[in-house]
Amino acid sequence: MDLKFSDREEAFRQEVKAFLDEAWPAEKRGSKTEFTRDNYLDWHRKLHARGWIAPAWPEEYGGTGWTPTQRYIFDKECAAADAFPILPFNISMVGPVIYTFGSDEQKERFLPPTLSGDIWWCQGYSEPGAGSDLASLRTRAVRDGDDYIVNGSKTWTTLAQYADWIFCLVRTDPNAGKKQQGISFLLIDMKSPGITVRPIITLGGDHEVNEVFFENVRVPADNLVGQENQGWTYAKFLLTHERSNIAGVHQSWRALDRLKQIAADKDLYGDAPSLMEDADFVRRIAETEIDLTALEFTELRALAREESGGGMGPESSLLKIRGTEIQQRISHMFLDAAGTYGLPFQRELGHKEAPPSNSQVGPDFAVETAARYFNMRKTTIYGGTNEIQRNIIAKMILGL
Amino acid sequence: MNFDLTDEQEMIRESLSRFLRDRYDFEARGKIIRSEAGWNPEVWGQLAELGLMAVPFAEAHGGLDGGPTDIMVVMEELGRALVVEPYLPTVVLAGSILQAVGGTVAEELIPQIAGGELVMGLAYAEPRSRYDLFHVETTAEKTGDAYALAGHKSVVLAAPLAGRLIVSARTDGGTRDRDGIGLFLVDPQADGVTVKDYRTIDGFAAGDVILDKAPATLIGTQGEGLALLEMAVDRGIIACAAEMTGLAKRMTELTVDYTRQREQFGVPLSKQQVLQHTMADMFMAGEEMKSMAVRATALADADPEERAKAAAMAKVFIGKTGKFVGEAAVQLHGGMGITEEMAIGHYFMHATMLDTLFGNRDYHQRRYEMLTGLRKDAA
Ligand SMILES: Cc1cc2nc3c(=O)[nH]c(=O)nc-3n(C[C@H](O)[C@H](O)[C@H](O)COP(=O)(O)OP(=O)(O)OC[C@H]3O[C@@H](n4cnc5c(N)ncnc54)[C@H](O)[C@@H]3O)c2cc1C
Repeated sequence: MDLKFSDREEAFRQEVKAFLDEAWPAEKRGSKTEFTRDNYLDWHRKLHARGWIAPAWPEEYGGTGWTPTQRYIFDKECAAADAFPILPFNISMVGPVIYTFGSDEQKERFLPPTLSGDIWWCQGYSEPGAGSDLASLRTRAVRDGDDYIVNGSKTWTTLAQYADWIFCLVRTDPNAGKKQQGISFLLIDMKSPGITVRPIITLGGDHEVNEVFFENVRVPADNLVGQENQGWTYAKFLLTHERSNIAGVHQSWRALDRLKQIAADKDLYGDAPSLMEDADFVRRIAETEIDLTALEFTELRALAREESGGGMGPESSLLKIRGTEIQQRISHMFLDAAGTYGLPFQRELGHKEAPPSNSQVGPDFAVETAARYFNMRKTTIYGGTNEIQRNIIAKMILGL
Repeated sequence: MNFDLTDEQEMIRESLSRFLRDRYDFEARGKIIRSEAGWNPEVWGQLAELGLMAVPFAEAHGGLDGGPTDIMVVMEELGRALVVEPYLPTVVLAGSILQAVGGTVAEELIPQIAGGELVMGLAYAEPRSRYDLFHVETTAEKTGDAYALAGHKSVVLAAPLAGRLIVSARTDGGTRDRDGIGLFLVDPQADGVTVKDYRTIDGFAAGDVILDKAPATLIGTQGEGLALLEMAVDRGIIACAAEMTGLAKRMTELTVDYTRQREQFGVPLSKQQVLQHTMADMFMAGEEMKSMAVRATALADADPEERAKAAAMAKVFIGKTGKFVGEAAVQLHGGMGITEEMAIGHYFMHATMLDTLFGNRDYHQRRYEMLTGLRKDAA
């Protein structure tokens, strides 16, 4: 056992830092870069150009061949620089399914633009009637000559408004015995006639998720990944694959740093004691640091197991549960720090029903604290709710 | 002990609840919070016709001679329907102060409030005051009989709707002295007053008030405004405890209904025992919240220290349990819980904001500890 980085790892850290100084310099940090399609892609492409967009992929498909420790260092440094976390859809989700189960033709056609960002993928799994019980999905794909005809709807589709393609689970055989059978994994061009996207506005006013409707959408049968009716196997593979930074540990450390800076900022408090002089607030920061350390070392142990070939199985549920709980807790501490100025709603919103507001008031950091706290409620819901994750631990690990 | 409501109080509850069911459903409320004005004066007028604005005031002022219990009944119902019209700032906050001060100002303004003609706001917070009511940087300078106010008041509920504001400002002493604070009546339309208006994230009209030699009239005794302010804010807290009770009960009902309807894995969500336990906890939180609201209401007119203790305890309790109920309600709705399209998320947002309003859990926990002598130091 050794908790220190080796000289080589330390050198790697310096290399990452040097890259970040150039690719994501100070003027972009401190949440000064708004999340837009262009800003995100700009970052994605810089990583791609450096060859670092998909560290966990096999080298033959564009991976870096890094050890888990290197990946950990990379993730940590990126978070410390406030760089956007890489979205999972291209890199952790559809890419690995294609290089593992896709045809050579599909690999050639889809992997390069998936890596480069020329295709923005979104994930079409959930449906209005199929959330936690994903296997009950009903979107139908019926074979018609060389095509499938797709009808149905997907929901909660993250950033579908930006996406070029959607990877979908569709029902190809409604008469298969079990509901997990008869599902296929289909790649669909979002420009196909018959697809419409409806925004869903979440609490706090974000437009992150959408409903996607399919009305007689024609999809070439060539876009089927793997075998017909085997989609559930691929989807399950995807769920246990590549879960590095699923817990958002590095982002949470970074958020705590920012919170401490704010709490100590004399300008915010004037003659009044700062939040750092508030023993209750300090105690909660300390508690969170301790919990986050427990999570971080659990993740490091899991990564080490993965490196020695153990793979990461249901243990990833633990990381997801604790990681999201801590993210939520921190978002609430920001709201506490904002105090009364957590109340005003004053962001420019991308949706038409934004309430009128003619003025910004309060400290900059406070502006989005409430919206962010509300938004973070999603983390215990998406990616398999925390209840479902606990079910997985109970069933798969404890054998209950 | 007797926890029963009087027949009159039951009547208020019933007529108000019927009115809100008919006229203030989720859709109607949605239109109001998205409107330019941010409130519905027509609804306000109708609530006044039901007698709501008159509830706590003396008959001589056009009131109904009610008391804190009547306010509790009203606030719980307003909470259930998530009403954004400015009852709390007008009737509870400003109303309590006017009532306590009495005299000509009360004679002039209370009948207007009771009749539904006047909306008011209480401007007590400042950018750096956090939740300390005594932290007052705003100054009041006396010239002859009149005062001129200068300073910045934060997040004043109803400021853009109000015909009059009550503002705390300092005639003497240092920023954080308890003495030297006065309460002043300000016309927001007057020269020297700027209202930067916005909506709170849970849909209420509010604003920051910038005062630059704003003309003002002293109400109450110069330098002794803090006691009045603390009384009004404690009344506000106690009213919020009742409101939070309404929110919590409604969130529990909505969640029970939703989990009954929504099926996953071939059974209603409500059949999952782990969700049943969460809903049982939500129910328990609502019941205990109600108990704290009732207790604090009974002490709303007690001596300042007893009242303060009761208000602080209630605020800690509703902050803590309101957060639990809101978060659980959203979680049990899954994705539907985080959309603007369903009522549940709006209840959650308002419950969250009620924790921040008048001081959060930490603040009132500390206040309680100081009031009871459990804690000696201020940190
Ligand atoms: C912000 C956000 C982004 C998302 N992005 C995507 C995306 O890009 N693509 C995509 O396909 N999906 C996406 N999802 C969907 C997400 O995967 C689902 O929301 C999730 O699976 C839960 O489904 P549901 O919302 O239908 O909740 P439900 O399944 O209806 O669950 C409601 C509640 O019941 C509980 N519950 C359900 N079953 C059980 C059980 N057996 N035991 C105990 N408790 C249970 C749940 O834990 C939850 O608390 C996203 C969701 C969100 C909120």
